[in-house]
Amino acid sequence: MELKLKDLYDGFRDPKAIKSFASLIEKETEKLDTPINIMEVCGGHTHTIMKYGLPQLLPEKINFIHGPGCPVCIMPKERIDHAYILAMQEDVILVTLGDMIKVPGSKGSLQNARAKGADVRFVYSPLDTVKIALDNPDKKILFFAIGFETTTPMTAALIDTAIKRGIKNLFFHINHVTVPEVMKELIDSRDIHVNSYDNRIDAFIGPAHVSVIAGSKIYEVFPERYNKPVVVSGFEPVDVMESVYMLVRQFVQNRCELEIQYKRSVTKEGNIAAQKMIDRYFEKRELFKWRGIGNIPKSALKLKEEFSYLDAEKIYEDILPKDEIEDHKLCICGDILRGIAKPNECSVFGTVCKPSSPLGSCMVSSEGACAAYYKYGGLI
Amino acid sequence: MCLSIPSQVVEINRDEKTAVVDTMGVKRKVGIDFIADEVKVGDYVLIHIGYAMNIIDEEYAKESLALYQEIIKKMENEENQT
Amino acid sequence: MSRKTVTLAQGNGGEENAELINKIFYRHLKNETLKRNEDAAIIEPFNMQLTSKIAFTTDSFTVSPIFFSGGDIGKLSICGTCNDLAMMGAKPKFLSLSVIVEEGFEIRELEKIVRSMKKELDINGAKIVCGDTKVVPKGSADKIFVNTTGIGEVQKNGLSSSSIKAGDAIIVSRDIGRHGAAIFADREGIELSSSLKSDCASLWPIVEKLIEANIGISAMRDATRGGVAAVLNEWARQSEVCIEIEEASVPIAEEVKGICELLGFEAYNLANEGTFVLAVEEKDIQKALEIIQSFENGKNAAIIGSVTGEYPKKVVLKSEWGTKRFLDLPTGELLPRIC
Repeated sequence: MELKLKDLYDGFRDPKAIKSFASLIEKETEKLDTPINIMEVCGGHTHTIMKYGLPQLLPEKINFIHGPGCPVCIMPKERIDHAYILAMQEDVILVTLGDMIKVPGSKGSLQNARAKGADVRFVYSPLDTVKIALDNPDKKILFFAIGFETTTPMTAALIDTAIKRGIKNLFFHINHVTVPEVMKELIDSRDIHVNSYDNRIDAFIGPAHVSVIAGSKIYEVFPERYNKPVVVSGFEPVDVMESVYMLVRQFVQNRCELEIQYKRSVTKEGNIAAQKMIDRYFEKRELFKWRGIGNIPKSALKLKEEFSYLDAEKIYEDILPKDEIEDHKLCICGDILRGIAKPNECSVFGTVCKPSSPLGSCMVSSEGACAAYYKYGGLI
Repeated sequence: MCLSIPSQVVEINRDEKTAVVDTMGVKRKVGIDFIADEVKVGDYVLIHIGYAMNIIDEEYAKESLALYQEIIKKMENEENQT
Repeated sequence: MSRKTVTLAQGNGGEENAELINKIFYRHLKNETLKRNEDAAIIEPFNMQLTSKIAFTTDSFTVSPIFFSGGDIGKLSICGTCNDLAMMGAKPKFLSLSVIVEEGFEIRELEKIVRSMKKELDINGAKIVCGDTKVVPKGSADKIFVNTTGIGEVQKNGLSSSSIKAGDAIIVSRDIGRHGAAIFADREGIELSSSLKSDCASLWPIVEKLIEANIGISAMRDATRGGVAAVLNEWARQSEVCIEIEEASVPIAEEVKGICELLGFEAYNLANEGTFVLAVEEKDIQKALEIIQSFENGKNAAIIGSVTGEYPKKVVLKSEWGTKRFLDLPTGELLPRIC
């Protein structure tokens, strides 16, 4: 049979397949003595789980814990303040992706900066920044880069293009972060933060688009060293249901492995060309503060020394504050990002804190656990 | 994180390192820097913010879809027997 | 007219101003009332008893791009106001037209816009009876802003967002989200090409037939900004009912789905400009559907759900695999997202 593009959508959203996996999971789960907590690290998976109402199809024993995999949610206020301060400079056009518009820093969001007259532009693709730079030769164009491994190569490609085409007025503020380090942090720090059985992470659903770039190999350490099974899962509802089924089977059969459900797009090695492009321009930061989680070593990237002349953090060193900023007292984003609290356990959830007036970052991004709960979660 | 969708390659410009892809009847030019060596017209690719990230393995996709059909049949048979 | 672009002088209230109005607006939109050129239009009473009601509405249009696939700001400014009248069961009759033009706007484009207006007025059987033109300095308006205000003759009383009751069926007049998706695809920086056209169209012809057939309609609403999600949520709140939607039955064009997938949107939240939602009494569902489907822009109309008391003031989306979720009002600016 010939594969049609439509099959790649509809086939993985097939209602009958979703139902079939639901009944398979139910049968398999009966063989389990204890419940299992599955952390879906990635906000994309959180979105799928909530949008398609998957928890409604799963037995009581299967519990999802939402992870910190939303690049907007984990951005600490001090970094958002950087974007705000840079945007407010007279001769600057700040360019970033649409997700950043509403995230509040301590001074306000980029939306507020724009209302105050800052030139802030949201692009669909980093590459669109080239045109903005060429059209505004008398301005400094600052690309505020966000995202996980999936998005990093596109920033690298933009840097590559800017250098090769000799574009002199384009600079970068890099906030790219990496997945495995935060997963390790969540496991390592759990004993300190939680002793409750409810919040133990038993298994991971691995972010798959991260693996399209970085390979599935980045998760090998989890079954090997941490004794946590991982299934790298696609983002359609059938993908997620199948991944849950694969995890349950691992528990039933007493296995602890790294498995790939998303074989159609994920390989062990990932995309080597993209990795090379990343390595050409970026290196690990010693430390990066994750909102609500704290400083995690080697969990983010920065421009290599030789590209300092492009690095907005270096160029604007004098005006960018370095002090840490406390998060809002009432907001429990930190616990939510750690997976030790559910959004509806927050005292301001849905009242003071809503997608239209977010207090914390998990409510800002449509991928944030709070936003997903607010939008889809009322019946669950 | 990382919204991405399958699309089909309809045109390739190797000098520019771009391709035109079709996403359910909508076409857009995307960068192919990361798959430039192997991509060909007709391939299915994943698009993330204006770039193709990989080439989707059709055999694995078909394998998954066939497995789902099998599981569905099995479930329907079981339902008919009860 | 020798000038190629609109000048500030043409907004001066003097000779150049009169010339612009005559050569562009009057030429295409002329009728007895407009021709009198008084400070206010004097409208003859409608041919009806004095007890009959008048519908009255206003809307401003600032669409960008001003020419899009499937329409332009001219067509939109007439459709928008006439459709608002039609949704209240009123036949569109008289409109006012106010235009704010940025200095330097091309006369050719202005004329194209006015021609579109005329074409759409004829479809509705309505007239522009008064108007105003202002020209503002370059940079103080984005090309052209249009306001139209309309008066219509109510032919069906009692339509209201508060009169929806349990047992009513929800019908959508065609596939949803086209206008929002088409406008977005045409935007700078998005650069999507597709054969997708905005649904921009006048709805009075369909509404007229529904009224003639005496269909039991509780409410109608054209799903403009905020899309179908906004209409259903407003209805649920105002009528204090629960609206349950079967997701699989909502018609959405492939290209709209594609644009939603690419940019991370939901078709429910995208604007429409020629798509309306109806709450219809159960007895007339099939008849209503047949009437709508007999029109070219209604041929994929569908029953998408029903009104219940399950979760008052809420809209519930039901999936084919038995799960439910609430459909909420859209929030914030519509921007492409990476996640």
